[in-house]
Amino acid sequence: MSASASAPSVSLPIGKGISDRLRKKASRHVKERIIEFLLFCAAAFSVFVTVAIVWVLVKESWVFFETVPLSDFLFDTQWTPLFDDAHYGIMVLLSGTITSSAVALVVAIPLGTVIALYLSEFAGFKLREIAKPFLELLGGVPTIVYGYFALTFLTPILQKIYPDLPGFNLLSAGLVMGVMIIPYVASLSEDAMRAVPMSLREGSYAMGATRLQTALWVVTPAATSGIASAYILGISRAVGETMILAVAAGMQPKLTFNPTEPGATITSYIVQVALGDLPHGSIGYQTIFAAGLTLLLMTLAFNLLGYWLRKRFREVY
Amino acid sequence: MLQSADLDAIRAIIARAKRWDMFFALLGILSLMVGVLTFTALFVDMAIQGVPRLDFEFFTSFPSRRAANAGILSAWVGTVLVMLVTALAAVPLGVAAGVYLEEYAPKNWITDIIEINISNLAGIPSIVYGLLALGLFVYYFGFGQSILSAGLTLALLILPVIIVATREAIRAIPQSIHEGSYACGATTWQTVSDHILPYSSAGILTGVIIGMARAIGETAPIITIGALTFIAFLPPAPFAGDPPAGLFEWIFAPFTVMPIQMFNWTSRPEAAFTVNAAAAGFVLVFMTLAMNGLAIYVRYRLRKNIKW
Repeated sequence: MSASASAPSVSLPIGKGISDRLRKKASRHVKERIIEFLLFCAAAFSVFVTVAIVWVLVKESWVFFETVPLSDFLFDTQWTPLFDDAHYGIMVLLSGTITSSAVALVVAIPLGTVIALYLSEFAGFKLREIAKPFLELLGGVPTIVYGYFALTFLTPILQKIYPDLPGFNLLSAGLVMGVMIIPYVASLSEDAMRAVPMSLREGSYAMGATRLQTALWVVTPAATSGIASAYILGISRAVGETMILAVAAGMQPKLTFNPTEPGATITSYIVQVALGDLPHGSIGYQTIFAAGLTLLLMTLAFNLLGYWLRKRFREVY
Repeated sequence: MLQSADLDAIRAIIARAKRWDMFFALLGILSLMVGVLTFTALFVDMAIQGVPRLDFEFFTSFPSRRAANAGILSAWVGTVLVMLVTALAAVPLGVAAGVYLEEYAPKNWITDIIEINISNLAGIPSIVYGLLALGLFVYYFGFGQSILSAGLTLALLILPVIIVATREAIRAIPQSIHEGSYACGATTWQTVSDHILPYSSAGILTGVIIGMARAIGETAPIITIGALTFIAFLPPAPFAGDPPAGLFEWIFAPFTVMPIQMFNWTSRPEAAFTVNAAAAGFVLVFMTLAMNGLAIYVRYRLRKNIKW
């Protein structure tokens, strides 16, 4: 990936017969090495961050799993870590995460794909130049603002349609989350579609295909790996989204896959605990690290899947 | 020769295909409209509720139990200070890492690990960074729930954004610039500092602004490190107060930031606080939009002016 080779290091015969100007270069070389080392440290720092994340989560979760057996964590159907009768069934939080993410993806994947196809194959240059920055803006709105919007704007509208809908529900949070994810899916899919070589399109048009036929039967198959990894990124965003759910979905842990009920997700549970003042080192404090470790493993799995898909299905032209 | 019946059949097929084309184009515009309308509804709804609340006092008052007297003074001061720490930590680190990966890194497994790792970091949810900061900065390093902890947390969060932007900006510089510089006998660092960094500065700036815009709106990691939601004082100014505060005492002060203030007001049941939340949200969206807009403008100017 590095665009250029580093400067050719000419090994000069140090010693006799070297002019003063060349001798200075030797010290210059030392300075170069020091700078290179410092820059390397900066780049390697990112590895340190990853190691630190894993270390912190595993260390605190370790203490947690010494008290709570892993089987309880995985198979218990209640999540009540702050009650006297404590249960630690991560399944409950997972159900909230899965339900809200599913609602979000039902919105984001079709809309994002259609927008990407439209911008890449149908829209004129002008519209694309306006729409892409606009999508970026949409993705730049702070998620707390989306949460406010879901709670105070969308939920009342949904309640007019379903009068039984509680004030906090996974549906409204999920829908707004879907709109939040559209830019990620659309922008990455569009990049993948634009990378498909023009000659494929020209071939298709030359055979008399329309734009839609070209888009669906030529461009989309050729861009599959990029589109798939855009979807994966969307899923990973949905799973990790926090504030929309913390604001609009209520924070009651409940084992349900019904989006019209309130629910807690892994992320909103962490926020809930952090807002209270649990003493450092208590079991309640450690639950958020165990929950965070679960979340990290999930997103890591999605990232790896996306990486594998890109490698496996990449079309090389 | 085509029979006229065949011709009609072909025309019918073409007409049908064109109708589908039209239909899909319409679908595309409708889908775009969903995004546009949501954003408009969000912005207009917040403006209608919040803008009447925006007066001078709102910016100069501390939060209060009475909604009508509450303001965002401590929140915006906190946001500015946290952003300062974030920028000071993330920009040098991110740019240095980007420069290393583009200009220095040899092709070996260490570089591969660093690259995979950076793209992986970009995919980690922000709340996990909050947990890292809680374990590492707040308790292990003992920074407490301070501006320093929050600023460093957000710096880690936007580091991948800045690294990727730096690399892209550097990659846009033609190879001939490198070669010319090396041909004149410059070392790698001289090439980087005299040519690569100046020419890529606008691109890097775009990335930094986008990263900062993201950091301003981040709520979850800062809540996770345990930022307080009710702060009715400002961090100590350098050399002010009695006894005089040190130059950097403010970085260890407790704080609140705009999104947390908004979250606090949103989660209260009284309608008057919802209005405050709308006003704070409006300011927040305005700030992020202004920053994103600035980044888009810088990039647009860049594309227009530079022709290698």
